[in-house]
Amino acid sequence: MDIGPLVNGLYGIPVLGLLFQAVGYLVAVLPPNSTSIMSQATPLALAALCGVLCERSGIVNIGIEGTMLASAFTAWVVGVALNPMFQAAPSDLFGITIPLVIALIAALGVALLISALHAWLSISLRADQIISGTIINIAAFGVTGYLDQLISKTSPAGAGEFTRFTPPDALTNLPGVGWIVSMFLNQGPIAMSAIVLIVGAQVWLFRSRWGLRTRAVGEHPRAAETVGIDVIRLRYRNVMVGGMLAGLGGAFLSIEATNSFQLGMTNGRGFIALAAMIMGRWTPLGAFASALLFATFLQLGQLINIAPPGGDLGSIMSAVPAQLFDALPYILTIVILAGVVGRSIPPAADGQPYERESAT
Amino acid sequence: MTVQTGPSLAPALEMRGITKRYPGVVANDGISLEVHPGEIHALLGENGAGKTTLMNVLYGLARPDEGEILLNGQPVRIAGPSDAIARGINMVHQHFMLVPVLSVADNILLGEETMANRVFLDRKEAHRRIVELGRRFGFEIDPEAKVGSLSVGWQQRVEILKALYRNARILVLDEPTAVLTPQETEEIFAVLRRLAAEGHSIVFISHKLYEVLEIADRITVIRRGRVVGERLPAETNEDDLAELMVGREVQLTVDRGTSHPGEPVLRVAGLQAKDDRGHLAVRGVDLEVRAGEIVGIAGVAGNGQDEFVEAIIGLRRPTAGTVTLAGTDVTGRSPRDINEAAVAYVPADRHRFGLITAFSLADNLVLTSYYRRPYARGMLRDGDAIQRDAVSAIERFDIRTPSATVTAGTLSGGNQQKAIVAREFDRDLKLLVLDQPTRGLDVGSIEFIHRQVIAKRDAGTAVLLVSAELDEVLEMSDRIGVMYAGQIVAIIDGRTADKNEVGLLMATGGAERGGATPGEARP
Amino acid sequence: MSASLVPAPAPVRRPRGLASRVWSVTAVPLVVTVLSVLVGAAIIVFSELLVPGHPFDLGLPLVAYSALLSGALGNPDAIVSTLVYSTPLVFGGLAVGFGFKAGLFNIGAQGQFLVGALGAVMAGVALADAPAPIAIPLAALAGIIAGGIWGFIPGFLKAVSGAHEVVSTIMLNYVAVQLLAALVSGPLKVPRSPSPVTFDVGNAAFPVILGRNGHLGIALALLAAIFVWWLLYRTTWGFEVRAVGANPDAARYAGMRPKLITIATMTFSGALAGLAGTSVLLGVTHSMTSSFGTTVGFDSIAVALLARSNPLVILPAALLFGGMRAGAGLMQIKAQIPVELVDVLQATILLFLVASPVLRRVLRMGRRRAGPTGVDTVAASMGGEAVVV
Repeated sequence: MDIGPLVNGLYGIPVLGLLFQAVGYLVAVLPPNSTSIMSQATPLALAALCGVLCERSGIVNIGIEGTMLASAFTAWVVGVALNPMFQAAPSDLFGITIPLVIALIAALGVALLISALHAWLSISLRADQIISGTIINIAAFGVTGYLDQLISKTSPAGAGEFTRFTPPDALTNLPGVGWIVSMFLNQGPIAMSAIVLIVGAQVWLFRSRWGLRTRAVGEHPRAAETVGIDVIRLRYRNVMVGGMLAGLGGAFLSIEATNSFQLGMTNGRGFIALAAMIMGRWTPLGAFASALLFATFLQLGQLINIAPPGGDLGSIMSAVPAQLFDALPYILTIVILAGVVGRSIPPAADGQPYERESAT
Repeated sequence: MTVQTGPSLAPALEMRGITKRYPGVVANDGISLEVHPGEIHALLGENGAGKTTLMNVLYGLARPDEGEILLNGQPVRIAGPSDAIARGINMVHQHFMLVPVLSVADNILLGEETMANRVFLDRKEAHRRIVELGRRFGFEIDPEAKVGSLSVGWQQRVEILKALYRNARILVLDEPTAVLTPQETEEIFAVLRRLAAEGHSIVFISHKLYEVLEIADRITVIRRGRVVGERLPAETNEDDLAELMVGREVQLTVDRGTSHPGEPVLRVAGLQAKDDRGHLAVRGVDLEVRAGEIVGIAGVAGNGQDEFVEAIIGLRRPTAGTVTLAGTDVTGRSPRDINEAAVAYVPADRHRFGLITAFSLADNLVLTSYYRRPYARGMLRDGDAIQRDAVSAIERFDIRTPSATVTAGTLSGGNQQKAIVAREFDRDLKLLVLDQPTRGLDVGSIEFIHRQVIAKRDAGTAVLLVSAELDEVLEMSDRIGVMYAGQIVAIIDGRTADKNEVGLLMATGGAERGGATPGEARP
Repeated sequence: MSASLVPAPAPVRRPRGLASRVWSVTAVPLVVTVLSVLVGAAIIVFSELLVPGHPFDLGLPLVAYSALLSGALGNPDAIVSTLVYSTPLVFGGLAVGFGFKAGLFNIGAQGQFLVGALGAVMAGVALADAPAPIAIPLAALAGIIAGGIWGFIPGFLKAVSGAHEVVSTIMLNYVAVQLLAALVSGPLKVPRSPSPVTFDVGNAAFPVILGRNGHLGIALALLAAIFVWWLLYRTTWGFEVRAVGANPDAARYAGMRPKLITIATMTFSGALAGLAGTSVLLGVTHSMTSSFGTTVGFDSIAVALLARSNPLVILPAALLFGGMRAGAGLMQIKAQIPVELVDVLQATILLFLVASPVLRRVLRMGRRRAGPTGVDTVAASMGGEAVVV
């Protein structure tokens, strides 16, 4: 049946027709770009996962943005420094080279250190966790900016980047679902590991011993302590592991999504990730779904510039300044925060400093 | 003071000469305690006497400075809660250590997880064991129920199950009946007796004399960190124990005299209000409080009392009904309006509603009047006037503090409460509302506050007193209202009120129901 | 666990001499600054290793610091320059600090700064030919109002929906950048100019009152600090702000309205940050380009933290960071160290500051309160009301 005339008819309805046009545009443009959307979602999802891990343990981590930025920078710098030394060609699988691997490890190490710092300030010194996170952000911006300036003087060559895995065409060309295959499989190593980590985290949080202890510590740490759980150690561990997840997200930005570093390249993702975490009700899968939503909007912003919709919808949109679309993910975050947060209940002990009952 | 023990086995638990010092105070001073297998041993003392510290030492939450602990005759060092648990010592805390959003099973599993393999929990097995344990001690429990949805009595049972799941041999219960009705107390006592019969040793910490006399096999009394006496229940009575606890002859009850009530001051009609989660907590309350009388509201915590009080004071918006003060409708008015109508409020949670602990004592004393003369003219504050009146209040209400400028958070609980009393009582009042006014205070402060309240009543104030301490309600009230499931189910004359009658009303609301017996109790 | 032990004797306070009191207030900031200077020196040395091509000079830190100092204070022009750089930091620090007092984290100073400048430039351009006594106050007012609006939004959202202001203010920072770009390359742009720039504000510019370029904003900043101090500690409004920050529930019982105060505080805070942007625009640049924007946002947070939100202490704190910014240019010229080193120094100062309880213990200061009492958070001493001395 030819639905063309029907569609045109729907599009032609005044005012309501715009809604249909918008839907039509989305249906046309999103699936082919699903791979990019997943790529956009990866750093958000990893950062949100970091948030989930930290806040489920009772620690607020505003410094995810800074952690990601520092890791992105570290990965890039290490790659840049090591590339001239190792001249081996990139492997076929994911374009792995030794410098890239070392760069990734270095990025994770830096993230570990930063989150250890946040953990120390928040847990042992009982500093206000928002202040601690904010200071980490300031420090990350400052140090990466400074070092970037220094290093740019030496006109470095690129750091290299991880490449995507290409699934067989037979799968990606499947009608109807091919784009899903492409979305999850046509990705680089970090993006793919993100998906695995998210599923793993979901299972871990609700079915494993450490997940149970984590949730207890985030809700009622005193109760956990009285059954013999070391609240402090558990929080340290979770914050540091979470930090590494954020570091993975940061490394993704500089050595998988692109092959470069710009000052402030995280662009607020660390904060958007917090909104995704809240919207996802502090669960890994929920955070991932929310990250996908945000990524869709980020992608749409770019798509509208490159491939604007036609018809009435198109003419309306071209009248709007391009900057509005760039601002869209941030506005969306605010809207979601305002709409969702009131109804979401964080872990009960979230953000509260904890003092061990046991005196020495 | 030798006490004859039962069969000559080694005591299950012995604490010898335990001394524990904190900066500025000796919490435990050479305390010795012996508990035999199958014995229910009561540790009696008022708030702050050192009972909790002693149990913290036992549970590994604190390291004693001197003394030793012996289990079954062997000296042991208890490194921490897990160590204590591993040795069969389990503690049921006064404030439940349960995670409300987790299920009964998850709460019990926590820290002692039954594993299916190295990673995953074995919830099925846990459920099975929990149900079985419950049955063994006389109740049916649903392992999947969320703890937050359980009544307090059932949460108590979950706490006990937690201990049993870990093969506790020694069970320490810290003020277990603080939040229970008399009937629930009986039920828990039945469970404890069965536990004792099976050879468990129980340490029962309390400050409630009559309960201790009823349940304990032996009683140790602690005062100011020292053991001041050991008794068998048969050899003692409430007055003797009270005197030991406090160190002097204690007037157990303040004589409130007769009231001469006048016109109704507070009239509440059909009042309804929701709790923080949006459920209806106050479900149509009708009440009248007259000038010069004390109306006490008895009820198990969580039946809507806090919400009721907050609705009267203006901290919570009623969803239906009216509140009338001396003829004027004040329903839904702001706290300030109601305060200015000569209403005073002593809140249950003094750190939340009563004081700003980060502010100075002086600022706290003007918390409800800072915007008025003489403390402010327009928006300009008058620091001298504030300071002057603060100094005067400190003296008149005997608040122990080095100055008026100290941070309120540094004062002791009793002095903080006195500060609140100083602020609220220091004027002519039409209505005085008190919610748990003496919780956690030492006997001296309790006496002081009770006297102040009676003085206010005699000066013509209408007093509404909400308390979970049935004794306090019985002692202070000219009339008693019982709050159950958001309604006042009965109003009784304070002179003739019978404790058991009130307790029954608290537990059942007066409805004809088959009382839950230990063998059939369900959540 | 609520071991309210038998009433302990009230803590004895020894009478403190003036020297002792001064020491206890200044010790930590001093030590923090000294440590940061040392760390900065280490970073400079380390940087030399990173960038090949220069002879390794262990004395480079000295060169760098002396250039920094002389650029900040070396001559009257430098001092004026320091004052000019410090001015927006005073406003911004007051903005963030005022928010802290109410328990609000206004991380959106950067966005409010930009929007304030936008308001000022729009009004200023419109009033460019009006007489100065009219143009200046009106343009400044426009900037204040614009910043206030940008602060009102997150305040309103927090009061009404509970959306945490940290994330919403940061998001608005990004939106402000886009807004600025859209306006400056769009309706405000000077036609036919090669790069996006607005018209000049003409008569609405702040007059110079000191030296070569010390503008009116300097005096306004000083007045603002005194005003905010007076507001917080001498008025009932300030009392309410601090009460809501310390305990919103008790504040409610006391008859205050926390939601209203949240909105008012964020608006006022935004207005102050907007005034920061206004002062830079009307006092220094006189027009706006699409790359208008400085480090004021983060600097304001640093100033507020260093000063523990005390409005009067914000003045020297702002001078410290302002001076560093003023001298950075000379440092870059003389020692080849990028100006971003100031960012690193700032971060170091903040990190040491947050870790100050450790420092206190090392310096054996500040007796911890006796016994198992409530938890003392650093936030309380970073701007809340807990007494430290």
